Amino acid sequence: MQVFFSMEGKELWARVKGEVDLESADLLRRELEASLDHARPEILLLDLEGVTFMDSSGLGVILGRYRRLKNQGGRVIICRPQPQVRRLLEISGLSKIMTIHPDGPETVGGVTDGWRS
Amino acid sequence: MAGEAKVENSMALEFLSLPENVGLARVAVATFAAQVDMTLNELEEIKVAVSEAVSNAIIHGYRGEPRGIVRVAVERTAAGLVITVEDKGCGIPDVATAMQPAYSTDPERMGLGFAFMQSFMDDLEVTSEVNRGTRVKMFKAFKGEAGK
Repeated sequence: MQVFFSMEGKELWARVKGEVDLESADLLRRELEASLDHARPEILLLDLEGVTFMDSSGLGVILGRYRRLKNQGGRVIICRPQPQVRRLLEISGLSKIMTIHPDGPETVGGVTDGWRS
Repeated sequence: MAGEAKVENSMALEFLSLPENVGLARVAVATFAAQVDMTLNELEEIKVAVSEAVSNAIIHGYRGEPRGIVRVAVERTAAGLVITVEDKGCGIPDVATAMQPAYSTDPERMGLGFAFMQSFMDDLEVTSEVNRGTRVKMFKAFKGEAGK
């Protein structure tokens, strides 16, 4: 599992690649926490296009970051999940509490202003 | 459990209760399952169910202690696959409560492991004894060509 970060305005983009399970969830959590501490974004955008497998360990990491951002007045947007991951997001109910967008940074970028309403 | 019939093929795998073995277990079971004509979606469902069961054994059964043994066994019958995940860990005092969706003792976990196993498999049995261990037995029925 790898995660690549970029900051665009008040948006922190995290592009995750590989498999997110019990083995890699802790690493993903630590990487996200470190970047959130450093960047203090309003919105965390998780680009999951490169995630080839995820189980509830990965969903727990997403939920934990959602809680953190929500407590700080921010939010989490999930972009481009593969069908297997999207299904888990729907079954778990996470798709009801956070936005899931089918597009990547080229289209979704600038949500801080454009999606405010 | 459904699927208890003549065994056409079987495999078993034992490994230490280390997180890096979760991927090994799901890939091994999915590779075994792919010997028959299952859809990619069915294989993905099996991978999630195995990943959840093995993760539970490591996190809850052995409480993160890396020297426990997790055993994964798969039997293929004409009707489907019987997948068993066993540990000799601390056991579950109340299986019914543990199987409730969103039940978790860890705020960073969603408590959806059993819910995913139930969603993605056709039958699920959990037997557990405190200080003796837990056995999760799952059945995935063959549909389409593989089930004929």
